[in-house]
Amino acid sequence: MAPPDTRVRDRDRASPEGPRGNGPTDGGNAGAGRRGGSPGRVSRLHRWDAKWSPYAFIAPFFLFFAVFGLFPLLYTGWASLHSVSLHNPTQMEWAGWHNYSRLLEDEFFWNALRNTFTIGVLSTVPQLLMALGLAHLLNYRLRGSTFFRVAMLTPYATSVAAATLVFAMLFGRDYGMINWVLELVGIDHVDWENGTWTSQIAVSSIVIWRWTGYNTLIYLAAMQAIPGDLYESAALDGASRWQQFRHVTIPALKPTILFTIIVSTIGATQLFGEPLLFGGSQTGGGSHQFQTLGLYLYEQGWFNFHLGRASAIAWAMFLILILIGLINWLIGRRLQKSH
Amino acid sequence: MRTDRTTTSAQRLGTRTRTTRLAAAGLAAVLGAGLLGACADDGSSDSASSGDGSGGDKTTVSVGVFGVFGYKQAGLYDEYEKLNPGIRIKENSTERSEDYYPALLNHLTAGSGLSDIQAIEVDNVNELATEQADKFTDLGKANGVSKDDFLKWKWDQAKTEDGKVIGLGTDIGPMGVCYRKDLFEKAGLPTERDEVGKLWAGDWDKYLDVGEKFMAKAPEDTHFMDSAAGLYNGAVSGYRIKNYSRSGELVYKKSRAVQDSWDLAMRAIDGKMTGKLKQYDTAWDQAYANGTFASVVCPPWMLGYIKEKSGSRGADKWDVAPAPKPANWGGSFLGVPEQAKNKDEAIKLATWLTAPEQQAKLFKKQASFPSAAKALDMPEVKNAKHEYFDNAPIGEIFAKAAKGIPTTVLGPKDAVIKQNISEVGILQVEQQGKTPEQGWSAATKKIDDVVED
Repeated sequence: MAPPDTRVRDRDRASPEGPRGNGPTDGGNAGAGRRGGSPGRVSRLHRWDAKWSPYAFIAPFFLFFAVFGLFPLLYTGWASLHSVSLHNPTQMEWAGWHNYSRLLEDEFFWNALRNTFTIGVLSTVPQLLMALGLAHLLNYRLRGSTFFRVAMLTPYATSVAAATLVFAMLFGRDYGMINWVLELVGIDHVDWENGTWTSQIAVSSIVIWRWTGYNTLIYLAAMQAIPGDLYESAALDGASRWQQFRHVTIPALKPTILFTIIVSTIGATQLFGEPLLFGGSQTGGGSHQFQTLGLYLYEQGWFNFHLGRASAIAWAMFLILILIGLINWLIGRRLQKSH
Repeated sequence: MRTDRTTTSAQRLGTRTRTTRLAAAGLAAVLGAGLLGACADDGSSDSASSGDGSGGDKTTVSVGVFGVFGYKQAGLYDEYEKLNPGIRIKENSTERSEDYYPALLNHLTAGSGLSDIQAIEVDNVNELATEQADKFTDLGKANGVSKDDFLKWKWDQAKTEDGKVIGLGTDIGPMGVCYRKDLFEKAGLPTERDEVGKLWAGDWDKYLDVGEKFMAKAPEDTHFMDSAAGLYNGAVSGYRIKNYSRSGELVYKKSRAVQDSWDLAMRAIDGKMTGKLKQYDTAWDQAYANGTFASVVCPPWMLGYIKEKSGSRGADKWDVAPAPKPANWGGSFLGVPEQAKNKDEAIKLATWLTAPEQQAKLFKKQASFPSAAKALDMPEVKNAKHEYFDNAPIGEIFAKAAKGIPTTVLGPKDAVIKQNISEVGILQVEQQGKTPEQGWSAATKKIDDVVED
């Protein structure tokens, strides 16, 4: 391969000089060269282009992923096998699996895992159900539908900090609006932050408020892709609105629903800003009653300065996410097979 | 299915390795370009700044602080630049101390990203003095620094075991008790600050005796104090030994300071004297606005906060009396890292900023209470009165407290211990109805977990 290649290139390099050289033979020579080499070169270039340029185009993402995603991930894994203090992060002392084995006996870790799970369920389930219902309503012909759609998205556009601070005030014990309303109705006021369930409901409500609109729009987009004739024929068969929703809309939305479940589960596992700002502290309440895994990681790393332990929590979270992803994938495959 | 895939990949192995190699080469090329770009950027910005430097021929000294230190606001940077035409001062401020300190630790370890002067919070100063002392210059021997200018206990806080001083004191937080005269009056207590001070002078238990009297005749929906944690903090800070022994052993579980202060907090909760609030929570702010608690343990830096949150409705109602025992809460230091680019200029600036004259100026403009003993006797401080607190002679009250504060033995985990006792232990008893034993064991379990290696 190589020798002809060079020859071609040599001739090519000569060819531009062809016209400047006044001998017709020179030009002829160059022409012969072009005739012989160029088509191959062009097609080869073409092949290269088709083959490699996609890689060049996706390279920036993977490059940034390698630097800001993969490297930290691996480094965190490495750090989790050491005893590292934030006081001196470069000084690592090999600890083997100690950070992981102590996690298994760490009641604060299990507490955080439990909280993450319950807050995750409390926030994700109502959120997706409401989003589905809202999307269904928005899918009807409505006056000012654009307005409603934009309005759905505004909570998503608010910052966690702003939303959480407002919710913390709403759920306030002494001067909160929710307690004020409860008292109007004759119910004793609730110390939201200090109860386990009440605090978790309060934190979940922030998540629900922020993410329902986002999921609604995703469902809505998927619903609009469902062909109208499906509904028409269902209607002809005498299906009610509810039956249409159950037997036409929901099956058509399955992949979308699966997607939102995955995204919400990932979000719920990483929940951090809401519980942090709701309680105003990394402890997640006096009894850690709403300390999530993310918050516990933050407390271990940035308040207790145990970077090794924090890294182990981070990896535990990562493994949990992979597990959840696997379960989702299995369920998704099951669903697809059943159809 | 799986076997299928392996055979295919085996067949295509050749192509794949080439693919990978080329992709890697491509990535390397892009990475290289990126790095070169970054270098070029650095180069240009460097040359730009050195161009500036050669134009004005100035050295820029950077000062890293958290929150508002007030040097800029009080015009001290401008004044220093005027006195030293060759110097320009640049302040890098991080809002929260909780963010500032981890970043400082990282920079110290990496030896880069440091400002020429770094502020150090009192909660962290001991940790730095024990574990990172070699990364700071010894300011105790710096030109123009005199140990006698500072309060002894403040000076000692930044001192390492072998006598090196890693930071010069800026402000301090000697505590008093801020109280509402209107509520005291309604409960039949004296309101005049000297008399109020005498009610509990010398003993925190007497403060709670007053609290019991208050609660017996308290106006509806009011409490004697804001939080049990505030009381705990005020009491525990007045001891020489609290969490660590002189030899550095962890003794918080049996030290008199912690035990007595914990018991005080429990007594206050038991007597329903507290408003069950968490300091710096929204509800705490709202309680100021609504005037639902009658007293709060307050260092001078809290006075502005109380004024802001109580607003015009609370005007003429607040006053300050001395605390039962002198104790300190908060305050900072200025240190110069060994790695500082302009170490000599930084030392000069840090010395100047913490000199008594400047501390007095800062107090006048920003209400940061001086740690320089000399400044306490200067008229700006000595005669200072606070209008919002019924013209209380805050200079006199807090200076007296400052001079009586003992040198407390500090330790690296003081902040964690205090936080878990307040935010876990006391909070569980005060707000979640747990027994004192449950609260104490929850707090110690958490602390044990943290201090364990």
